[in-house]
Amino acid sequence: MITKRIIPCLDVKNGRVVKGVNFEGLNDVASPVELAKYYSSCGADELVFYDITASAEGRALFTDILTETARRVFIPLTVGGGINTVADFDRVLKCGADKVSVNSGAIRNPDLIYEAAKLYGDQCVVISADVKRVDGVFRVFAKGGRENTGMEAIEWIRRCVDNGAGEVVLNSIDTDGVKGGFDLEMLDAVCRVVNVPVIASGGAGRIEDFITLFKTLPKVDAGLAASIFHFGEVKIADLKRAMAENGIPTRL
Amino acid sequence: MIAIIDYGVGNLFSLKSSFAAIGQEAVVTCDPDVIASADRLILPGVGAFGDAAQKLRDSGMADVVKRQAASGKPIMGICLGMQLLFDKSYEYGEHEGLGLIRGEIRPISGIIDSGLKIPHIGWNALIVKKPSRLFRYLNAGDCVYFVHSYYAADCEESTTATAEYSAELTASVENGNVYGCQFHPEKSGDVGLKILQAFCEI
Repeated sequence: MITKRIIPCLDVKNGRVVKGVNFEGLNDVASPVELAKYYSSCGADELVFYDITASAEGRALFTDILTETARRVFIPLTVGGGINTVADFDRVLKCGADKVSVNSGAIRNPDLIYEAAKLYGDQCVVISADVKRVDGVFRVFAKGGRENTGMEAIEWIRRCVDNGAGEVVLNSIDTDGVKGGFDLEMLDAVCRVVNVPVIASGGAGRIEDFITLFKTLPKVDAGLAASIFHFGEVKIADLKRAMAENGIPTRL
Repeated sequence: MIAIIDYGVGNLFSLKSSFAAIGQEAVVTCDPDVIASADRLILPGVGAFGDAAQKLRDSGMADVVKRQAASGKPIMGICLGMQLLFDKSYEYGEHEGLGLIRGEIRPISGIIDSGLKIPHIGWNALIVKKPSRLFRYLNAGDCVYFVHSYYAADCEESTTATAEYSAELTASVENGNVYGCQFHPEKSGDVGLKILQAFCEI
């Protein structure tokens, strides 16, 4: 039986992990490579590296650390941030990424998903959508959640999957950072219209939130979080044990 | 030395790195002399069967692999590389494979429950069907990472492990010195590295 995936997300700027990280036994907590190794050893099923660098120098540093991570960590690696062209796909795939997630790049250029899927296969292309309720309607936001595109989110995601996105990361801006649990209503709406893996993001605050997620919505394939893992509020080993105890298929 | 056969498909960086991680020298090559001098061969592959089989033939690597297989050298196909070892595939048409393992490649949509997602992607437990030297370090319930929409069928006699996805999908095969893994050992954490280690000890 396929297991539910737990995915820590690392924001990387100028080759370093941003947002404070605090782990015993880690000498360099801002090193993406060290942190990736640590998470892999704790049982993370996959890693997401998100490049929030704006400069060309930062981008070069990012690909350097990506290469070094892929050299030393042997679980699937997804890269997002600053992916606007097929050349960007090529750049990160050559450094050892397995999947590439697109967000604003796909909003600006709707053909990007189709073109990348044709070249690298559907399994390589992830649509990452930042979604927020506006007057009761799910809307797609761009530029890291700052700009309302006006597009209806569920239809947008369905269209991205039709164009070849092999996976959906749904980040609910409404629940992000609140730590009150995942946005089950929004996730359910997406699960009803796509038949590719859906990764829940935004809102996890404790182990029970993941249990509720997978129990309530069996079609959700993975849970993604950042700071609760980085700050050790939720330890991945504890989380996976709790999932197994609750009968959720888990890789221990 | 391990030769990872390069015939123009896929990114072989992780595969090469995974051998380095277990202290094994691996080279990515399409040089028949290097391949002939290697102790073991890896046939990688991602993408579509027809295109990959064509590239394998056009590059001359198909004949090289068949000769090396006949010589008794251990060969391991990974993912699409495993599928290429079979007689033929029905991925977008009908395509001939290397014929080193009896059976054929068919879409998983034909045997799994209709509500399940395709591709079969993620970590799934290996169900061992036959003892294999590849599994000498494997523990019950160990999971490996899969990404595929097609599976090997009609190959019960060579199947060493399966994975459950409403149906049992072929996860690994073996025919003498020819081995195949549908999953990605280079993306399967420590379990995967130990399978590669076991291959290096054959």
